[in-house]
Formats: sequence, structure tokens, C-alpha cells
Amino acid sequence: MQPVEQRDEVEMLSLMLLIRRFEERASQQYQAQKIGGFCHLYIGQEAVVTGAIAAVRPDDYVITAYRDHGHALARGTSANACMAELFGKETGCSRGLGGSMHFFDKRHHMYGGHAIVAAHVPLGVGLAFAIKYRGEDRVTLCFFGDGAINQGSFHEALNLAALYRLPIIFICENNLFAMGTSVKRSTSLKQIVDRAEGYDIPGEIVDGMNFREVRDKVAEVADSIRKEPHPAFLEVRTYRYRGHSMSDPASYRTKDELEKYRLDDPIIRLRAQLTREGKLTNEQFDQLDKRAKQTVLDAVKFAEESPELPVEKLYDYVYFNGAKS
Amino acid sequence: MREITYRQALNEALAEELERDPNVFLMGEEVAEYQGAYKVSAGLLQRFGPRRIIDTPISENGFAGLGIGAAMVGLRPIIEFMTFSFSLVAFDQVVNNAPNMFMMSGGQFNIPITFRGPNGPAHQLGATHSHATENFYASVPGLKVCTPATPRDAKGLLKTAVRDDNPVLVLEAELLYSSKGMVEPPDEELLIPLGKAEVKREGSDVTVVCYAQTVPIALKVATQLEEEDVSAEIVDLRSIKPLDEKAIFDSVAKTHRVVIVEQDHPFCGVGAEICYRIQKDIFDELDAPILRVSQEDVPMPYNEDLEHAVLPNAEKLFAAVKQVCYA
Repeated sequence: MQPVEQRDEVEMLSLMLLIRRFEERASQQYQAQKIGGFCHLYIGQEAVVTGAIAAVRPDDYVITAYRDHGHALARGTSANACMAELFGKETGCSRGLGGSMHFFDKRHHMYGGHAIVAAHVPLGVGLAFAIKYRGEDRVTLCFFGDGAINQGSFHEALNLAALYRLPIIFICENNLFAMGTSVKRSTSLKQIVDRAEGYDIPGEIVDGMNFREVRDKVAEVADSIRKEPHPAFLEVRTYRYRGHSMSDPASYRTKDELEKYRLDDPIIRLRAQLTREGKLTNEQFDQLDKRAKQTVLDAVKFAEESPELPVEKLYDYVYFNGAKS
Repeated sequence: MREITYRQALNEALAEELERDPNVFLMGEEVAEYQGAYKVSAGLLQRFGPRRIIDTPISENGFAGLGIGAAMVGLRPIIEFMTFSFSLVAFDQVVNNAPNMFMMSGGQFNIPITFRGPNGPAHQLGATHSHATENFYASVPGLKVCTPATPRDAKGLLKTAVRDDNPVLVLEAELLYSSKGMVEPPDEELLIPLGKAEVKREGSDVTVVCYAQTVPIALKVATQLEEEDVSAEIVDLRSIKPLDEKAIFDSVAKTHRVVIVEQDHPFCGVGAEICYRIQKDIFDELDAPILRVSQEDVPMPYNEDLEHAVLPNAEKLFAAVKQVCYA
């Protein structure tokens, strides 16, 4: 079994900063009308994907929903390719044909970016099916939001994964709101993780604002799956600071609630942990942040200067004709 | 050549493709232990084992999506719908995921998947189980749709579909599973390209465009028309998408009269598209307005006589041909 490389925590903090700064800049560029369509920001949830990715191998499979910028960045897609995708440019990670909700990166095993709520959960099960079919020891990480757990495709997918004992971790990023509807108003259960029990899938609740807790839990589960394929379910409790999308002022929640979570910020937390342990100075942190900001500024410039896919190529992307793209 | 049933032809196609490529697997409701709801997969579990012939729960959306996910990493799933009426439960997967992935990912992920199963009205199954889905699916860019009418076409098209690197729907004709026809022996590779129609009978007075369950109706009517001195050319589309426009145009250029007999509903049906293309490109070849024979625009009734009245049938086709021939 190929071991999972230990990722440096300072490097992971730097990745969380990159995601945060990327999303802030995306928000600004959206308001400047450089970015079209819908745009869902990941701010507040950075520890979830960063922790999960830190716990798995680069050849493991990752699939997620439409709030996907952080997942691509965490997987290794460049900020340039991500920003160019938002700008609809040919240099984007989906050549400007997918947009904010459809980030794909085959090289980094990032299988999307899917925008119909829960419709990608069966696809994640299919990725896991292929792993077992080929007798590999990879793991599939299938991310989705709390809004996905009441869709039929979610339930069908969990049942299939349990029935066929497939190597998949269902990661529910519970940020408390499906668009503007709180979990309390959408879900009959007291806690989401109990959905897993209904399919005889082991489930646990994880603090999604704590990078280390997410990483260690995903590592433990992934390790168990590699030894003997089975599905697992993690309800990762997190919070998004912004509205559902750029057009949502989030008036369904109070300022106090938002402030409470901001004080528990995942970046501040990991920074404090590392500082306390003498692994990070304030100067080093400032350097990391400065670097993240610069990377994102460079990405905006790259996106702006990139070409668009010419209209003559439109029909090249309807049917695959065997040519290598 | 030897004579086999449509069902057996499909079974051979599946077995040959499973044998040829280890990435191919068959998944669906009752495909393994039950040997197939229509026995199309009979014997495959015994031959290829449960790793590759996989029974599912009744979860069309779930297992259609599973197939698409597996196809993203290079497997070549064959997903059986017990009938295409049930594919509507998986409509989101078939319409929103499979055909969009290639464009949406900027060309990174093509989906080499085959969705197959019986399609079109059968016999007194009522409204929910009688859907002809070809016009729904053919309207979606990124999907290919074929509709074999003979054992030979069923075998050759299904094998081609499995080898195609895109999502292909093989809409089998439920009423024709037991019909027989001549097919090449198993040691001869039989591949029929998608998008190629076939003239099933040559004629000079009128072109009858048909596919799937309407092909035997058209052939029967052509024989009846002989007695009236009307020579009908029967063009079997075999694929709805891609559409073999050239085969249609070549025949119309010869006969100058057209009837389209289709098994779907009239509104936005397959025939509407064909009519449009004929009048747009070869208007001057026409000596009469084109007629369409389709289902009536109603949900399918259970009552046998009413069902017959709703379906495209020989009487309606016969009358339509006489009308376009002013005979």
C-alpha cells in the first residue's frame, strides 16, 4: 500500500490562506462584472477541504458540488487556471466552458464541480466502484452540502455504496444552510450523521473549523478503507461567512450568529496552534498571507490576459471523437 | 448467416463485448441472477461472474449515475433500464450528467457509456410503461440514439455503441424481442455504424421513413401496396441521432413522396425534424406534402382497441401512403 505523504501544516495553512484570498478576490471581480453566472464562495469552510486533502494521496479521487473553488485549489489546480475559469477563458481549468460551478482537473483527480444538488453523489459512488472493480487501494472523497441529504439520488447512492462495499468517504459539509433554508427547516433528523446509520454506514461528526481534527479523522477512515473497502460518512460542521451565492445577502441569519463563527475562524485557529507550538512566527504568517494575495492578484492578471475559446471550436466539445484533448 | 431472435442477437453482442474488453460491465435491475427481465442477459452471470454482471436495487438514478462516474475513469458500463419508461427516473443522470460532462469539463472527461433496454409502447401496459423516449433523448446534444429493428441491426448497433467513446442510448424494440432474422455467425465481427440508415426494401413511388417497431409495419404495408401498384421504398433510420440525412434525401430524390411513420408522439416528434430538413434542403424534389403517422397526442390508454387506435398502425400508414400518392 502506497503511504500517504505527511503534509506540512504551515504549507496547509498557506493553502487555506490561498483559498480565502482567492474567494475574496473572486467576490470583488464578480462585483466588477468580470465573472458571470452564479458564484458560490467557500470562505469559512477552508479547513474542511484542506484537512481532507491533507489526509489522502494525490491519486485518490475527489468530487464535489458547486461550491468547488476551494476543492480545486486544494487538489493542486493553479490559482491561474481557477481564476481563468471564472473569467470564462480558454486557459481555465475547464477551458471556460464550465464556469464557477463546474471546475474539473483530470490531472489532479478532481472530478468536478457539479451543480445539480446531490446528482454527483452517484457519480462519486461510480468512481469508488471503478476503484474496487480494478482492485486498487485508492479512496474517493465525495463532498456535498447539507442541502444534498434530502435528495433521492443521495439516498440511492448511499445504499449502493453500502450494498457493494465501495471505498468512498461521504463528506457532508454541514454549513447549516441549504441556500436560505436552515437544516432545522429541511431535515427531519436531529443530526445529519444519522442518515448514514440508515444505510449501515459508519458515521462521525467532525469539527470542520479545526484543520487537525478534519485531517486526522479523514486519515483514520481512509486508512481503514484502504485495508478493506467500505463506505464511511463524516458530518463536518462548518459555516460559510458569505451568502449562498453572490446574490444572497443572507438575511435569514443574525449578525451575532455570523460573528460567533468568525471568532472560531479555521485560519485563526490553525495559526494560533502553530504559533503556540513555536512552528510559526507572526512575521512568517504575514509573509504567507502576502504571498497568497500576490498569487491571486497574478491570477487575475493571467485571467484577464488569457484568450477565449474561439466560437469555431464550439462543436469540438459535444462529442469525443477519439482524439486526445 | 443463420436465423436468430432479436433477443439472442443482443445477448451475443453483450457477450462478445464483455469478452473483448475487461472494462465493460453490465449493470441493472434483474440482469444477473434473474437472467434479465426480458432474458436479454441470460447466461451472462454464469459466464462472466458477479464482478461484471451486476444486479442493482430499484434505483435507476443511482445506478445510472454510478455508471457515469465509472465511465469518467475509463470503465465502459452498459446500463440496462428494465424499460426506458423507467429511465425517466434517471432523466437527470442521462440528460444532465452524461452528455454535458465533455463540454463542461473543457474536453477532459468523455463518458463512454451505453444505456440500453426496451423502448416504445408494448401491449396494454398503460400510460406509465409505454413511453417512446427517442425524441426526448435525441434532442439533447451529446447523446447518440439508435433504434434497431432487426436482430442483425440490434447486434451490430449494440456492439458499436459499447465501443463508442460517448454516451449512446440503444433503444430496443420491446415488441420485437422474439422476432427472428438472419445474422452473421458469431465468429464474424458485426459492427453497424451509428448514423447509417438502411433501405430495407427498394421502391420507386413513395419513401416510407421508419425505425424500430414501425419497420415491420412499413414492410407489411409495402407488400399490401404492391397489390395497388404502388412501389414503396422502406428506409429504416436505425439511428435517430446522428441522423442519416443523406439516405433520406437520396430516397426522396427518387420517389418524390414521403410518409414518416414514427412510434413517438406527434408534437416535436422525430418526424417533425425530418420534415423540416426535407423541405429546407430538397423542397423541389417533393411532389406532395409530407405526411406523418405517429401516436395520437394522448397518454396511452390500457383498453386494447383504444391502444390500437393511439398507435401508428398499418391501416393509418396505408391510408397516408395512398394520400401522398393521390391514389
